[in-house]
Amino acid sequence: MKRSVFRNRALPYVLVLPQIAVTVVFFFWPAFESLRLSLFRTSPFGDKTSFVGLENFRKLLTTPEYYQSIANTFVFASGVTAIGLGVGLFVAALATQKIRGLAAYRTAVLWPYGIAPPIAGIIFLFIFHPSYGVLPYWLGFVTSYDFNWLLKGWVAMALVILATAWTHVGYNIAFFLAGLLAIPTSVLEAASVDGAGAIRRFRSIIFPLLSPITFYLLVVNLIFSFFGSFGVIHAVTQGGPGGATEIMVFKVYKDGFIGLNLGSSAAQSVLLMILVITLTALQFRFVEKRVTYS
Amino acid sequence: MSGGGTVAAPARVAALPRVLEAPRRRAFDWGRVVVHALLLICVAVIAFPLYYAFVISTQTVQEVVARPPILRPSVHLLANYAEAWGRSHMPRLLWNSAIVAVVSALGKIAISMLSAFAIVYFNFRGKAIAFWMIFITLMLPVEVRIMSTYEVIGSLGWLDSYSGLTVPLMASATATFLFRQFYMTVPNELVEAAQLDGVGPLRFLWAFLLPLSWANIAALFVVLFIFGWNQYLWPLMITNSEAMRVVVIGLQDLIPRTGTHVPEWNVMMAAAMMALLPPVAVILVMQRWFVKGLIETEK
Repeated sequence: MKRSVFRNRALPYVLVLPQIAVTVVFFFWPAFESLRLSLFRTSPFGDKTSFVGLENFRKLLTTPEYYQSIANTFVFASGVTAIGLGVGLFVAALATQKIRGLAAYRTAVLWPYGIAPPIAGIIFLFIFHPSYGVLPYWLGFVTSYDFNWLLKGWVAMALVILATAWTHVGYNIAFFLAGLLAIPTSVLEAASVDGAGAIRRFRSIIFPLLSPITFYLLVVNLIFSFFGSFGVIHAVTQGGPGGATEIMVFKVYKDGFIGLNLGSSAAQSVLLMILVITLTALQFRFVEKRVTYS
Repeated sequence: MSGGGTVAAPARVAALPRVLEAPRRRAFDWGRVVVHALLLICVAVIAFPLYYAFVISTQTVQEVVARPPILRPSVHLLANYAEAWGRSHMPRLLWNSAIVAVVSALGKIAISMLSAFAIVYFNFRGKAIAFWMIFITLMLPVEVRIMSTYEVIGSLGWLDSYSGLTVPLMASATATFLFRQFYMTVPNELVEAAQLDGVGPLRFLWAFLLPLSWANIAALFVVLFIFGWNQYLWPLMITNSEAMRVVVIGLQDLIPRTGTHVPEWNVMMAAAMMALLPPVAVILVMQRWFVKGLIETEK
């Protein structure tokens, strides 16, 4: 569509300047710095740097700890995503019954989105607390297994996954509900007239129509849990016990800020950048598609 | 149950005249009961952690560590909240969080409005480049540029300052896209009429577009406020002094680590409730805007 425009030589540049300035100074410059640093070795005091080519990457990809952090990241991300999408779809399926009070239910599940994952982590830390928490107490009736997250890596992982998923479940539900409301009622009514039961309606009509949203949420949840997960790890487990919850983003911080191994930290940043670029590209391919369909 | 169904039925039939469903009404009602029950279970499971945190924040330490766990509120709410308020510089922490959330949200909205306005209502050299530069910021979250951004802030002398806490958060591709999308739905006739009347671009933005944008601004503000309030990695990196900490980070000092501390989880939870209340209240009070903001910023 052709739009009428204003004619002014300098004004548009003045208008985009603040945005571009912040972008260049705080996004582009640091990103290039990371790229550059990843090719250098810096002494721990930061006084000497020497060019080492791809040595930082080679070292990284030969240490088992790095592969461990990749594995942890994928366990964490798939846990958070599976719970988010699972609960989201479940509630969406229930909501197709067109019952009253749907907006009230939406409110009742949406508010945890306002809770910062690190705070959610602290609450779950107490729920999982080996001596005072309610969860080990209840589980004690069923099994004598010791659910101590300080000793068992998988319990610590379950703790951070549940805390993160808790804050994000409402987001998924909100999107599924918005998608459901976009499905024309006439389609669903036609199906009921044809005698399709609730489960069949969901499986053969609603789920296919929701699948673009499901795919979109899949990517968004993955991005969120790859990159938004630092706080909960830092506040609650610090990567422990024994590196069981050390995810990639936490390792970048730990190796850079605490270990002062700038080259390795920068190399890890570059690998993460490649990951996020891939995921964002996927996300936008989908958005383009949705725009053309509607 | 059948009594409830008969009472509710006339209203529903009036609202949705679907005669075909009438013969199956009885079975349908049972379905609804099951659906409501399942939804209520979901709501209860989701609400439980916050309820539990609240309950703990009203108990004494003895009640907190009691076995079996006590799951109903006690009467020490005020004492615990007063203790948490005094012990962790809570007023200062909350103030800092509020500044970060409000200033970064308003800043984002302002600079995104301006750049979207330039992109939609002007033709200029480098427009495509500007657009792509803004787009690429989506792919560079702070997590992938941790160390070098820290150095940049250091060389600007912005460590431990409100500028350092807020300005770098202000670039936002999503907000720019939202305004761009919205401006493109504004009818062309409006800008043509304005130009005929000799209205300049800045006045057009101020007097025509801004009043039309309030719904979008409110929606964005809610989402960005929550985003800003819940920032973690960024403030952790660039603030060192107690006075500049935000609340999400300051809470950590109160976590009773196993073995070494008195298990004052009641004070911890009181502080956690204070830290999570502002963003949760914003969602509940401005729910309509929040949902709009969530859904639309992702387009």
